[in-house]
Amino acid sequence: MYAYDEIDRTLVNERVSEFRDQVQRRLSGELTEDEFKSLRLMNGVYLQLHAYMLRIAIPYGTLSSPQMRKLAHVARRYDRGYGHFTTRQNIQYNWIKLSELPDALEDLASVGIHGMQTSGNCIRNITTDQWAGVAPGEIEDPRIWAEILRQYSTMHPEFSFLPRKFKIAITASENDRAAIKVHDIGLRIKKNEQGETGFEVLVGGGLGRTPFIGKTIKEFISHRDILSYVEAILRVYNQYGRRDNIYKARIKILVHELGIEKFAQEVEEEWLQMRDGVLALDDVVVEDIRSRFSYPNYQKLSDNPDELKAAAADPRFAMWLGNSVAPHRVPGYSIVTLSLKPVGMPPGDATADQMDAIADLAEKYSFGEIRVGHEQNLALPNVAKRDLPALWRALDKIGVATPNVNLITDIIACPGLDYCSLANARSIPIAQELTKRFANPDLAKLIGKLHINISGCINACGHHHVGHIGILGVEKNNEEFYQITIGGRADEQAEVGTLIGPAVPYAEVADVIEDIVEAYLALRARPDEVFVEAVKRLGVTPFKERVYATR
Amino acid sequence: MPLVKDGKIVDDTFVHLADDAVLASGGDLLIPAVRFLADSGAAVARSGKTGVVWLNNRDIDDLVAHLDKISIVALVFPSFRDGRAYSQARLLRERHGYKGELRATGQVLRDQFVFMLRAGFDAFDVRKESDAKAFAEVAARYSVFYQPTGDGRVTAFRQRLARHAEVAGS
Repeated sequence: MYAYDEIDRTLVNERVSEFRDQVQRRLSGELTEDEFKSLRLMNGVYLQLHAYMLRIAIPYGTLSSPQMRKLAHVARRYDRGYGHFTTRQNIQYNWIKLSELPDALEDLASVGIHGMQTSGNCIRNITTDQWAGVAPGEIEDPRIWAEILRQYSTMHPEFSFLPRKFKIAITASENDRAAIKVHDIGLRIKKNEQGETGFEVLVGGGLGRTPFIGKTIKEFISHRDILSYVEAILRVYNQYGRRDNIYKARIKILVHELGIEKFAQEVEEEWLQMRDGVLALDDVVVEDIRSRFSYPNYQKLSDNPDELKAAAADPRFAMWLGNSVAPHRVPGYSIVTLSLKPVGMPPGDATADQMDAIADLAEKYSFGEIRVGHEQNLALPNVAKRDLPALWRALDKIGVATPNVNLITDIIACPGLDYCSLANARSIPIAQELTKRFANPDLAKLIGKLHINISGCINACGHHHVGHIGILGVEKNNEEFYQITIGGRADEQAEVGTLIGPAVPYAEVADVIEDIVEAYLALRARPDEVFVEAVKRLGVTPFKERVYATR
Repeated sequence: MPLVKDGKIVDDTFVHLADDAVLASGGDLLIPAVRFLADSGAAVARSGKTGVVWLNNRDIDDLVAHLDKISIVALVFPSFRDGRAYSQARLLRERHGYKGELRATGQVLRDQFVFMLRAGFDAFDVRKESDAKAFAEVAARYSVFYQPTGDGRVTAFRQRLARHAEVAGS
């Protein structure tokens, strides 16, 4: 965990006080809604269909138990008793009153969390692997660099009014759980031949109406130069990114229009003029940040304790163990994913009671630490294997032990037309229906790894482009229709999915998905050829034929 | 529109020169970049002071050769959402060492003051009277700054280092 010091806390408090003043000026009419809009957006406040929505950052996806309890408190006190975890390591509250927003933010500030830069055309919450620091084989803890970038980007005097929002993600693992290839800047930590830590820098990834997979702009940049290089990219973007059309304003369009070589050259020219300036990171800075991360005091424990052997006889436990528990870099410990995708419920939602219970369980079993991942699930990153049976019983009791992690019912979905003023169609009821269709855990296990991502409009908050199956809501003659893509993925082999044919009406979506899955089960080469690999081998045609043969 | 300079509301001695107006020999003038570049010699040979209004889509490099002859660079925020002039300001101050007045014009609202000060602006054509009056209060609202810029404010990191040194020395 990173511990905010007095300096970090002061800034958050100053921000809350500023926002209180801004809300006051809006309520008194001194600010127009248009003027207030960009100010509230810089604090994570959106105006949705029914109410204001507050988005809170969970920097690099790490929460302490007291922070989680405070999120529960805000859900209970200012909202309707629940919160919604998003695909970018944020949590959203959908029913907050404008006049109470400053109080909610002040309560959150008391545990060092805030909504700064969770919206608006600025550098957004820096995200990373939810298994950072605990995943086996990781090059080093990417949260150190995420924190350096968080500080660098917070209230940046030059880059708070960019052409469009700007998202940065970092991974330090071969297996990219942070989806860096669909970010404006993606950073992959690596070591050079001399053993020095640095980054492969990708730029211009993004979803939305024009999806692009990020391209490598620099194979290796030393850690010393990471801030100056990021600043060079941002400066080129701030000057040349389009501002005439918000749908063409993301950096991906600039990179696409200039071409990556030309863009890289512009960045290089800018960077060479500043690389030895004030942003060059000396080791003292890095060590100072690193020193404020605390790590658990791991014990020497058995990797196959008796408690685990005894519990394995329970098939429900065994199924959960096989699905939701991942190896840890320290023997005797595990990483446990908490599914926020129970059958029939909106993906990513957690109630205040669940949050409180998870905070308690984290203290009891995970050194007080909780993680939030972009798949809209939570994780307890430091669980002793001997505690797994007891933890499972407790998680099962509060409904976060559905053994469907990475399976067909582990659906990513945006809030859709149920909440969002931009949406063309509903997302949540589609997800709910699909979780019912595939509720049988044995069936889900048979199907294997399959990510379904649902967006209620072209803005793609549900990342449909990179779902193994993507579902995009569109409007046709005032009715909800859905385009289906297959073969997308968000990991280190990121790819944009391919459309299988004409959009289908709301009532038919679940049937279509069933058809696709049946086709896959019939066509896969072997049981362990996962869906997305089968699509890669077979192409879209057999799936398309199956879906449209009778429609 | 009130002008705030060095933290206080002041009288503006400069007059905006219209595109088609005659270049008067006296008086302090803010001249559009196109006219200034067309005959910069005539502009700076006048008895009055010269400022240049530099739009945010113009390359700042074209202004660099003239910086020592002008008193004001006025950068433009066509909308508070358009942040290009922040980059221009930092380049002028930090890369090209410009020491004269750097004026923010256009849609300048109180909520941008801190960003603008940090980027190197020292004069502000403020849209609203109430914002101008609140300048000093708003400018002092933040005491923590993470990024090193040319404004000289101590960054969070330097504060921490100083603290470590204090602890070590005590």
